[in-house]
Amino acid sequence: MTTTTQAAARLPIENPGQAYQRRKTTRGNFELYGWVFMRASGVVLLVLIFAHLFVNLVAGEGISAIDFGFVAGKWASPFWQVWDLVMLWLAMLHGTNGVRTIINDYAERDGLRMWLKIALYTAFVVVVTLGTLVIFTFDPCPPGAAADLLPSFCTT
Amino acid sequence: MPSAPAGTLYRGREGMWSWVAHRVTGVAIFFFLLVHVLDTSLVRVSPEAYDAVIGTYKNPVMGLGEAGLVAAVVFHAFNGIRIMLVDFWSKGTRYQRVMLWVVMGLFVVTMAGFLPRHLMHVFGGE
Repeated sequence: MTTTTQAAARLPIENPGQAYQRRKTTRGNFELYGWVFMRASGVVLLVLIFAHLFVNLVAGEGISAIDFGFVAGKWASPFWQVWDLVMLWLAMLHGTNGVRTIINDYAERDGLRMWLKIALYTAFVVVVTLGTLVIFTFDPCPPGAAADLLPSFCTT
Repeated sequence: MPSAPAGTLYRGREGMWSWVAHRVTGVAIFFFLLVHVLDTSLVRVSPEAYDAVIGTYKNPVMGLGEAGLVAAVVFHAFNGIRIMLVDFWSKGTRYQRVMLWVVMGLFVVTMAGFLPRHLMHVFGGE
C-alpha cells in the first residue's frame, strides 16, 4: 500500500471541491516509454523502409533482379549492413510491441494471453538474433560456390 | 451519430476504421517481417538456397502479394504520421478526419508511382 492510498482511506472526501488526484502507481512508466518508442521508431522506420523498398523493388530491375549477388553487393558495404541492422531491430521492437498491445486487448483468458506473449517474445529473440548474426557473419564470396551466382567483385 | 450496438465504445466512421486498418496492416507486416528475415537468412546457407527461395517471390501470385504488402506498409506509414499529428499537434484531433483523407490521397499517389513499375517487373518478362 502506498501512503497516498492509506491517506485516502483515512480521509474520505476531505475537500469535495478539490481537483481529482490520480493515485500514485507503483508500476513504473513502461507503457509511457513504449508509447513514446512507437512514435519515435515509427518516424525512423518510415525513412528506413521506404528507402529499402525503393532500392530493392523500384530502382534497377526491381524484384526480378534480386538474387544472392544483389544481397551480397549491398552487404559488402558497411552502410547497408548498418542500415539493415537498425531496420531489423527497430522493426522487430516496433512490431513486437504492437502485437503485444493487440494480445493484451483481445486475449482475455490469463493463460492464453501468457502463452501468446511467450510465443511472441520467443519469435522476437530468435528472429533478431538470427538476423543480426547473418548480417555480421555473412560472406559475400563463399568459397566453393558457383562463380555465376556470386557478385562480380568476387572473381576480380 | 453513427449507430452502434449498446454497450460498445466503437463509434465507426474515419476514426475507428483507420484504427482497425492500422492494426490489421501492422499485424500483416509483422508476420511478413518474421518470414522475410528467415528467407534472407538463407544467404548464410548458400547462394543456391537463397536464389531458390527468392525465385518463388518472383512468380505472379507472390508479385501481387508484394504489391499488397507495400500497400499495407504505405498505409501504415502515412496513417502513423497522422496518429502522431493527432497526438502532438494542438489541432490534431479537430482535423483527424481530414487528415485520414490526406493519408488516402498520399496513399493513392504513392501506389500509382509504385504499382506500374512493380507489376512491370513481375509480369513484364525482362
